[in-house]
Amino acid sequence: MYAAQIDYHRACSLQEAIALLQEHEGAKIIAGGHSLIPLLRFRLSDASSLIDIGRLDELKGISRSNGCVSIGALTTHAELASSDVLKDACPIIPEAAAVIGDPQVRNRGTVGGNLAHADPGSDLPTVLVALGAEFRVAGPSGDRLVAAADFFQGLMSTALGNDDVLTSVEVPAAQAGQGMAYAKYIHPASRYAVVGAAAVLTASGDTCSAARVAVGGLTPSATRAPSVECSLTGNGLGEKAQAEAASQVANDLGDDLLGDISASAGYRLKMAEVYVGRAVAAAAARTA
Amino acid sequence: MTTRIFSSGIRRREDPRLITGQASYTADIKLPGMTHAAILRSPHAHARIKSIDASAAAGRDGVVAVFTGADTEGALNGIPCAWQVPNSDVKAVDHPPIAKDVVRYVGDAVAVVVAESRYVAEDALEHVDVEYEPLSSVTDPKKATADGAPQLHEDAPGNQAFHWTVSGGDAGAAFSEADVVVKDRIVHQRLIPNAMEPRAAVAQWVGSTQDLTLWSTSQNPHIARFLMSVVTDLPEHRIRVIAQEVGGGFGSKIPFYADEAIIAFCAMRTGGPVKWVETRSENYQATIHGRDHIEEVELAATRDGKITGVRAAVWAGMGAYLSTASTGIPTILHGLMYAGPYDIPNVHGDVYGVFTNATPVDAYRGAGRPEATFLVERMVNLLADKLGMDPVELRRKNLIPAFENGHDVSTGLTYDSGDYEKALDMLMDSIAYQDLRRDQAAARSEGKHVGIGVTTYVEICGLGPSQVAGAVGFGGGLWESAIIRFHPTGKVNVMTGASPHGQGEETTFAQVVSHELGVDVDDIEVLHGDTDTSPMGWGTYGSRTTAVAGAAVALGARKLKEKGKAIAAHLLEAAVEDIEYDDGNFFVKGSPDQSKTIDDIALMANVAWNLPEGMEPGFESTTFYDPPNFAYPFGAHAAVVELDPDTGQISLTRYVAVDDCGTQINPMIIEGQVHGGVVQGAGPALWEGAVYDDGGQLITGSMMDYALPRADMVPEIETMSTDTPSPDHPLGVKGIGETGTIASTVTVYNAVMDALKPFGVDKLDMPLTPERVWRAIHHGNGS
Repeated sequence: MYAAQIDYHRACSLQEAIALLQEHEGAKIIAGGHSLIPLLRFRLSDASSLIDIGRLDELKGISRSNGCVSIGALTTHAELASSDVLKDACPIIPEAAAVIGDPQVRNRGTVGGNLAHADPGSDLPTVLVALGAEFRVAGPSGDRLVAAADFFQGLMSTALGNDDVLTSVEVPAAQAGQGMAYAKYIHPASRYAVVGAAAVLTASGDTCSAARVAVGGLTPSATRAPSVECSLTGNGLGEKAQAEAASQVANDLGDDLLGDISASAGYRLKMAEVYVGRAVAAAAARTA
Repeated sequence: MTTRIFSSGIRRREDPRLITGQASYTADIKLPGMTHAAILRSPHAHARIKSIDASAAAGRDGVVAVFTGADTEGALNGIPCAWQVPNSDVKAVDHPPIAKDVVRYVGDAVAVVVAESRYVAEDALEHVDVEYEPLSSVTDPKKATADGAPQLHEDAPGNQAFHWTVSGGDAGAAFSEADVVVKDRIVHQRLIPNAMEPRAAVAQWVGSTQDLTLWSTSQNPHIARFLMSVVTDLPEHRIRVIAQEVGGGFGSKIPFYADEAIIAFCAMRTGGPVKWVETRSENYQATIHGRDHIEEVELAATRDGKITGVRAAVWAGMGAYLSTASTGIPTILHGLMYAGPYDIPNVHGDVYGVFTNATPVDAYRGAGRPEATFLVERMVNLLADKLGMDPVELRRKNLIPAFENGHDVSTGLTYDSGDYEKALDMLMDSIAYQDLRRDQAAARSEGKHVGIGVTTYVEICGLGPSQVAGAVGFGGGLWESAIIRFHPTGKVNVMTGASPHGQGEETTFAQVVSHELGVDVDDIEVLHGDTDTSPMGWGTYGSRTTAVAGAAVALGARKLKEKGKAIAAHLLEAAVEDIEYDDGNFFVKGSPDQSKTIDDIALMANVAWNLPEGMEPGFESTTFYDPPNFAYPFGAHAAVVELDPDTGQISLTRYVAVDDCGTQINPMIIEGQVHGGVVQGAGPALWEGAVYDDGGQLITGSMMDYALPRADMVPEIETMSTDTPSPDHPLGVKGIGETGTIASTVTVYNAVMDALKPFGVDKLDMPLTPERVWRAIHHGNGS
């Protein structure tokens, strides 16, 4: 496929990127291009110009301070998957990043692009909603932090304004007694998640003292699973409790479920239960 | 002077240029003044074209020309189908290269824009204003034959493209007398071939000489030239087709497509060279699909498991038009193989070719034989279930006993040579079948679900004797030719009319010449793919290149050996009967010191200072080889799968292939063919399938929706071989290009169905997606 004619600007600073966005109506930010370029080639995006932030060093890198990990928007999936800081502080992120697409996608695709694109089959939104991450957004009037759960607003829709740039993701580091896991049903063609389930559990002794669970793939955007969380919290983490909790997930996903020729919505709903169960089981095993 | 390299897995000599990006594909061609074409394709499965207004597109900056079907009137004839299968009432419906009045599938060409760049051409497509009147459409080949179904062609009532039958013995009697009959309905979904390189064409027209040169991604440039001549009325000797590097085809680059004719037309009309490169999404719509069968099959047997008959009715979707070789695929290459490797005396098949509002179907790796093997092997398993027999024992009971030189089959074929049970024995030893069954039972008792599939197969390839080609209605010969040319320095060029495009014949043919004449393999260059420099040949497909063109090379080398003996006798002043040859040396019997090397002979023949009286100079042979029979490779395959009942997901955990392709020239290349073929055949069993919606839109329009197998979805393929030489081929070679796909689809399918036995599931359509499997487990057969 051949993209329609489009203007291209390379930003030399974050401020310039924002200024270019203000200047060019209908402009889109591009970094790794692994979500946007396919849309342009299929002529499914109405972007009139591209603003390339791919060389802005200020948006790169992973750092840890004060119990929080900051991930620059330009960090690639491959960098997430191999990050020692994240493996220690937030191992569910490398776990999920390692099953995004294929090596080429992971080498080029960036965190910021993935989140801003907000594909329902993406893995990171599910994981970051479960983690309670916050997204740093820079705009004409300065920076603000948006909670992950508020950032995703439906199918390929986010809280980003026209002139905003997602600059980093702030994630709380794992605490003692926490175990986290991501379970993914991989789409055989696209490699997106048919169903993705993320569980972040905290154990006190034999009891689950806190649970955050999120599901993606079958909902328009990553969705918290409060019924599952509620079922887990305050109870033991045995197999029976896990299964009971997972069976609650249908209550959390609403009626707007996605399906395609390889997996219908009804089947995905059943699979959500299976994969939530798997994520919870793996997370529970890691609380020890 | 040389090491023995025949039967050794030397590395492919074509690979360094391919993997370092130094090879030049059709898309790499750049010519002065070259313009770029983009083709507007129908968004409708079936519609009448009420009007086309191309003026806005034509007026855009950078647009050179826009052509519609009306412009091609009188300049381009219809695209022909080259296989008129006899006694089948084949409907040779008109196939205009650019649709004129009616579009019949999503992807049918409607207009072409020629512009200074591809981007300008693509943008201009959006400004060609076509008014369509949508018509009702049908994509299911069985439904297309129903009363009241939308009709595609006036000349093909009931959408019937042909009706072909195969009959041997007395199937009616076999079924009425059978102790046991098993039946099934088998659906082979449409597949998208997905060659790594999409199709492309560059056409150059020289008006002053009336010469057309076409760079094309063809598997058979001579056939492309022949059909280009038919479509354009240009004389054949003024057309040159070059297929220099072709990035795979799997059959999808056999056909002569409308697009090649359109690009040639654009070059002739604009006067300058024109390039067109298919996009991947365009490839999904406009390049042929494979398979698309609906089959109703039954097998008759005695109570003790002797198969007595097979009967089938097949509705084979042809798509909207008959592609070049399409009619021969579900007939000659399919129905004649209904007996498989078994002694089945009574066979009857009815094959209905059916027009549908979908992309035309033609040969796709295996082409008719994967469907035939599936049909036989699935039914054998159902029979085993019904009789309570082990499926391997049932196969053993029915296999044709070993034979070395011809075995007549009830379908009318004569298999060349085979020892089918030997291949099965090797497979059984390799997988420790009895242990595997024990392990399976133990696993089941622990709630783990393992399935085992075992296939024995024989296939028909190495197409084929030209007399037979004529008798079965193929519009060409199926022989091959080779020129072997020694230069004065002893270096060699081999020119073949076959057109390898990934199979490695630049290596294997060099090995053949090296084997026959003792020349180092690095001193031999194999040339192909250019109708101006390659001798006539019918192309690379149907596992025929080494089986047919390779024979021409071997026989051509032997001619030179005889000439070399005559020259050596003359130079050594000995009688020609006294000259012996060994590994590149000609010497006098009993006096190995009195010798001439092949280099000495090549030099003398080329300078011609001292040759036997009356001998022509030069050390070159031209050889035409028409095979006396087809080749019939065979083997036995096994697959092991694990099933996750919670999700329906299948893991292919083990695959073992025993293949017999006769003499092996390069075992590494053979292993590669088997690996690729097995994975390509596993694809439709588990993942692949083109899907149209009710309106005839291709839902699986890209790789985001069409699930191709990937390396991490398959286990390491274990390969082994037996070696039963062909009695016909000068080297004993059969063919190996398609055995993997022919055997693996049903092997994997049967393994999954074996895993599903405890759930009472015995029928499920491909691909065996997790959802289908999960629903069958939870809700019973079907979807």
